[in-house]
Formats: sequence, C-alpha cells, structure tokens
Amino acid sequence: MNVKQLIPTQTICSHYNIEISFVDALNKIGLIQIEIINQDQFIHQDHISEFEKIIRLHNELNLNLEGIDVVLNLLEKEKELRNELNALKNRLRLYEND
Amino acid sequence: MAFVDYYKLLGISKEATEKEIKNAYRKLARKYHPDLNPDNREAEIKFKEINEANEVLSDPANRKKYDEYGKDWKHGEEYENAKRQQQNQSQHQTRQQYYANDAYSDFFESMFGRERSSFNQARNPKFKGQDYNAELHLNLEDVYTTKQHTLTVNGEKIRLTIPAGVENGQVIKIKGKGGLGINDGPSGDLYIKFIIENQTQFKRLGNNLYQNIDLDLYTAILGGEITVDTFNGKVKLQIEPETKNESKVKLKGKGFPIYKKEGKFGDLIITFHINIPTNISQKEKELFKELQKIKAI
Repeated sequence: MNVKQLIPTQTICSHYNIEISFVDALNKIGLIQIEIINQDQFIHQDHISEFEKIIRLHNELNLNLEGIDVVLNLLEKEKELRNELNALKNRLRLYEND
Repeated sequence: MAFVDYYKLLGISKEATEKEIKNAYRKLARKYHPDLNPDNREAEIKFKEINEANEVLSDPANRKKYDEYGKDWKHGEEYENAKRQQQNQSQHQTRQQYYANDAYSDFFESMFGRERSSFNQARNPKFKGQDYNAELHLNLEDVYTTKQHTLTVNGEKIRLTIPAGVENGQVIKIKGKGGLGINDGPSGDLYIKFIIENQTQFKRLGNNLYQNIDLDLYTAILGGEITVDTFNGKVKLQIEPETKNESKVKLKGKGFPIYKKEGKFGDLIITFHINIPTNISQKEKELFKELQKIKAI
C-alpha cells in the first residue's frame, strides 16, 4: 500500500473537528477501515469520501453508529438494485418495438 | 422573486414552538438528505429548501423578521435596514457542503443576504466539495469506437476520452471535477451517466448485438448465400438448407466492442424470420400442391 495515500487519523480528527473516540468507534463497528503502521493509525484517502458521508449522517441527521450502519447497508442494496434495474431495462429494450 | 412560505415547507403552523420546528426539520431532513437520495435532484432541491426554512425559523431574530415582513418584504423599510445589517455582518461565515452559493432562493438572499448561514457554525471542518452528476447523451455509433469529447461543466471545459463499449446507464467518475472543497477541502467528483440512444437496426445487450433478418422461403429451404449488415459493414453469410423460422446464427466478433478491452468484440446474433410467399400465381399454387402430394407419400 502506498503510504502517501494514507492520512493519519489525528490529522483527520483535527480537520473534521471530531473526537478520536468517534473514529475508534467507527473502526470497531466496521464502518471504516483503519490501517496501523508503526503503531500510528491511518485512513486511506479513497475512504475519505465515505468517511465524510458518515460524519454528515451523524451530525446532520443525528444518527447513531448502528443507524449509520443500517443506512449504509440499505444504500448499498439500493445501489445494487439500481444497477440490476438498469441491466434489466437494457435487456427489455431487446424485446421492445419488435 | 416568489414568496416562500417556510412554515408550509416544514409542514408546521405559524405558532409552532422551537421544538416543533426542530422536529419537523429533522423529519424532513431524514427524508430528503442527499446522502440518502443519491442521484435524486428533486430531493436535493427539497433538502436545500427545508434547510433554508430551518435556518430562518430556528433563529428567533430571523423568524421575527420573516413573520413581520415575509409577505410584504418588497415594501418594508425595516426590511431594507435588516438586509444591510445582515450583509455587513457575515462576510466570513462558513457553510456546509450543500450550501453552495446557488443553494439559497432569491427570496432568502433578499431577506437575509447572500452569505448568511448559521447552520453548524460551531464546526469548521474541511469538507470535500459537492459531487456533480451529469448525463451525457450519445448515439450507439458514438460509442462504437473510443472517442474524445469535450464537455462543459459549470463553465469549465473538460476533455474526456470515452472508451468504446460504454453501456447505456453506465456511470463514470472523474475525480476532482466536482464542486470546490469547503475550507480548502478537496474538490468533489464529477459523475457522468451515459444515456446511449440506439436508432440503429441492431439491438444491444452488453457486448452482443442482435438483429432480425427476413429470409425468403426458398433460400430457407434450399440454402444459399445472403449479404447481411453488421455494425461496421456488410458480410456474406451462408444459409444452411432447411433453416427453421426463428433459428439463430452467431457471427463471432461482429458485435459491440468490449469496454476497455481494445480490439475485443462481442458477437452479432442473427434471428431468421422466414417470409411465407403471398399473392402466389396459379402455377406456384400447382407446384406447391405437387410438393404437398410428394410430402404426403
């Protein structure tokens, strides 16, 4: 893994004005993935977007961690269904206007 | 500049308490939050509206002003004073990801100034800019080969190489081409959804193309050679004797390019529709009868 793409969790906490305990709790519940290198904790930059989404759900909608977990799972399912729907729509076009 | 009824937007009465406003806002925010409604422009607009309503009604001073001059803001001298006051006081306030400059209605900006935002002022985090969603309409022919397209997104020209074989409804992400980050945060991403219009005689499913071909009865029975159109030209095709109606042949590699696999193609699947002769002559009729007799023996 490219270390340059890793952001220390402490830097993230200060940027987003959140407690390190919040990041730990997210990691424990499996909502984010923390990398540990030489006892320092990092988050991969590709996961920042998802991490920001979690912060927004927590701050703006007052969702607790379990609620966020449920929401993210449902959003993932919805995405899969949308992809499936798109594939089915494309398939349906085969039989339309015959 | 239409009057916006913030009470109606939140579904509350004018006598609503602060708690009722908060509850109504929270309920609607949970319904329309952009993170919960990806690719839903209507929900995004609604979310901005309810935030605007909440921002005004949850602040007692703003609410008072809104209640007093809301409907008649055009004529209120006090409104003008309030407007000047508001504009002076909030030059450096931050705003959340969904509160870009165009996020407020004209009505709101007239009442409270363009930069007014009390939402989450306590926090000052860096946020990634807003992700943009766009649709790009192309013809099937356009995505048969890899081509460069120039798009204009929010005034910025973006040169984009679209690989051959892009699927209808497929979404690609262009990193960093979304909205600017908040407080020096990274820019958002641009998501482009391809809408592929197909006006050709071919139907497409994934990498394969499908085509129906009418075959005359005699060629179907006796076999022969026909010329068929493929997506990139004509090919000669041998018809087997006794070809059945609705039978299919597969022309390998004559389908659509496989996405991001240069030089690889799907197949073209041809379905034969056998035409029964009509308006047949007396002579033909006699010959068919002859054939019928032979078959019956």
